[in-house]
Amino acid sequence: MTERGTKDLPSLEELEAEVGRRTGRKHILSILVQNKPGVLTRVAGLFARRGFNIDTLAVGPTDDDAISRITLTLDGGVHPIDQVTKQLDKLVNVLKIRDLEPADTVARELALFKLTADSATRAEVLQICEIFRGKVVDVSKRSLVVEITGTTDKVEAFERMVRPLGLIEMVRTGEIAVARGRSET
Amino acid sequence: MRAVDAVMECLKAEGVDVVFGLPGGANLPTYDAFYDAGIRHILVRHEAGGGHAAEGYAKATGKVGVSLGTSGPGATNLVTPIMDAMMDSVPVVFLTGQIRTELLGTDGFQEADTIGITMPAVKHSEMIVDPRDIPRAIHEAFHIARSGRPGPVVLDIPVDLSRADIAYQPVTAVNLPGYQPAVEGNAKQIRQAAKALAAAKRPVLYVGGGVVSGDAAEELRALALDGHFPVTATLMGLGAFPAPHEQWLGMLGMHGTRAANYAMDEADLICAIGARFDDRITGLLSEFAPSAKFIHIDVDPAEISKNVPAHIPIIGDAKRILPQLLEEYRELGAEKARLNEWWSRIDGWRAEHPLTYTDSTDSEIRPQFLLQSICRATGGDAIITSDVGQHQMWTAQYYDFPQPRRWINSGGLGTMGFGLPAAMGAKVGCPDQQVVCIAGDGSVQMNMQELATCAQEGIAIKVFIVNNGYLGMVRQWQELFWDGRYSQVDMGKFPDFVKLADAYGATGMRLTDKNTLEDDVRAALATDGPVLVDVRVTPEENVYPMIVPGEAARNMVG
Repeated sequence: MTERGTKDLPSLEELEAEVGRRTGRKHILSILVQNKPGVLTRVAGLFARRGFNIDTLAVGPTDDDAISRITLTLDGGVHPIDQVTKQLDKLVNVLKIRDLEPADTVARELALFKLTADSATRAEVLQICEIFRGKVVDVSKRSLVVEITGTTDKVEAFERMVRPLGLIEMVRTGEIAVARGRSET
Repeated sequence: MRAVDAVMECLKAEGVDVVFGLPGGANLPTYDAFYDAGIRHILVRHEAGGGHAAEGYAKATGKVGVSLGTSGPGATNLVTPIMDAMMDSVPVVFLTGQIRTELLGTDGFQEADTIGITMPAVKHSEMIVDPRDIPRAIHEAFHIARSGRPGPVVLDIPVDLSRADIAYQPVTAVNLPGYQPAVEGNAKQIRQAAKALAAAKRPVLYVGGGVVSGDAAEELRALALDGHFPVTATLMGLGAFPAPHEQWLGMLGMHGTRAANYAMDEADLICAIGARFDDRITGLLSEFAPSAKFIHIDVDPAEISKNVPAHIPIIGDAKRILPQLLEEYRELGAEKARLNEWWSRIDGWRAEHPLTYTDSTDSEIRPQFLLQSICRATGGDAIITSDVGQHQMWTAQYYDFPQPRRWINSGGLGTMGFGLPAAMGAKVGCPDQQVVCIAGDGSVQMNMQELATCAQEGIAIKVFIVNNGYLGMVRQWQELFWDGRYSQVDMGKFPDFVKLADAYGATGMRLTDKNTLEDDVRAALATDGPVLVDVRVTPEENVYPMIVPGEAARNMVG
């Protein structure tokens, strides 16, 4: 998406449907940017200025030193996704934007949960942890730290399960994503 | 070579012959380079004046304007012109000084985070971190400022880097993988647009500032005349189609003509060219042009369907697209007669609702009468700049602009104090043109200091102050929408503009008599050097007609 120039003409109905398209689904935007000072500020500032809410944001290097990747998720039910991508595309340091199709995307985030776990609850916590294929990365007399990797849904499901047992705190990275198949994201 | 000398070489390579600026601690090396670089530098009295002058220069000439300021307050004083250039798509490169790199982030003397402060207001910006990047960065700045949808670019250069010694190699090409503005419109969509135009019974060409900045006025005229389409323009688009003309409906929008707004309201097809459906155009958006389909031609993809859904979007350069559209349209052989009914409807509106005002019965000068007098006295042939407010709207309504780049004002940001320095920049860019600034008595005081620059440099602008003693537009809104409770709009009798003109080294005049007004205006225009004319007009005249905020265009009042 966001190819430059004018695309071939879709039908009137398609255009009307496309305009201010609010899909209602979560969108994962994978954005390649030049690795220059202030680029993240430009992207985040654009979102703030135009009133687009970012749900999660993850930034990291790519295999090319000169390029970083910003993965951000937002709610397509709140913002016309077309305006979001077009405005992003106007930033000179933004090289490529891809609005990833959920079905064709592998998305993961990492979360660390600090849970109360004394002798009364430890067994149950560990059992839930196992079901979610979580990893215990720290343990003390009265607490555990569990690492969970997965989709946002999975992380949130884990949270719902352990919250009643005593959730001390939770730290999440925000989702990163890659397109399925051979083609580059 | 010193990096600053490379800056001069780059400016010359970009064809820069004049810049507007003010020196300070953090750009002293740059000013040392200006000493014998052979580039004309105009020393302004306030950086904002320099920024607006660069805008006026750019709008009048079509070239990139250049404005300079030092770090800290120099740069923050440029924020308004930068935002103004962003809103009105004006190509200006701003070169700001920055404190030494080792002091960055320490709240050093005259330190301001210029890149951070200006980030939401620029098309692009860059802070130099390596002096060897300077030539590349300058050429990229000019390329980005002038291409695609034009806009402001800020380059922030720390003072120590500007003194560095670099091996200067002329830059021959820019490489910006993240910046490739569309130029050519999609051929299929152009054909589709031609078909829509040929089928339309009630079409309107709705023209914006993009036609002016894209130098597409000739191409627009050809299309309009061939199709016999009605044409209206936004505040920024005035002059894109020659006025007066039988196909010209006048400006549309909040203070546009009834004919233009009613035509939009009843149109079955609106072809928007370089316009962006601003809230001052649409009125209540949900009631805007309810029967129309939209063709939207714009160089900026993000404008398409931002406010109003485009049925046929064409992204690209209007100068290239319009001739193709005309060619496709001609091939369809549409009958002009199909528009007869539409034209008689429009003619009815024009006959019934011309722009009008009640003239005084004594010698009092109505502001509208003043604008008509200035239009006659200049033969419609001057470059007109304005500030922001009632006088701006009266100028847009009562001055007929026969060609593009003759009307220079602050539309998007609505910057009071724009007009006088913009006139200065326009006059520097077009020294053989008559350049007139229409100012308000409130606005003009916001950049009055540049009169000294004009006097010193012999920049012969003619400033007419439409003096009603009020912040007139605010007073009008208080009268109409706030029960006439005039709060902080009375400017009193101060200053004495004639004496002030004298103090600044300009010629001051005061006009109060309608009966001699046109001759007096001619006399002012014929006076050498900068002239400041204080024209006393009816204090409580309102701008009409008007789309009341939050109302549909069809419910215009006045």
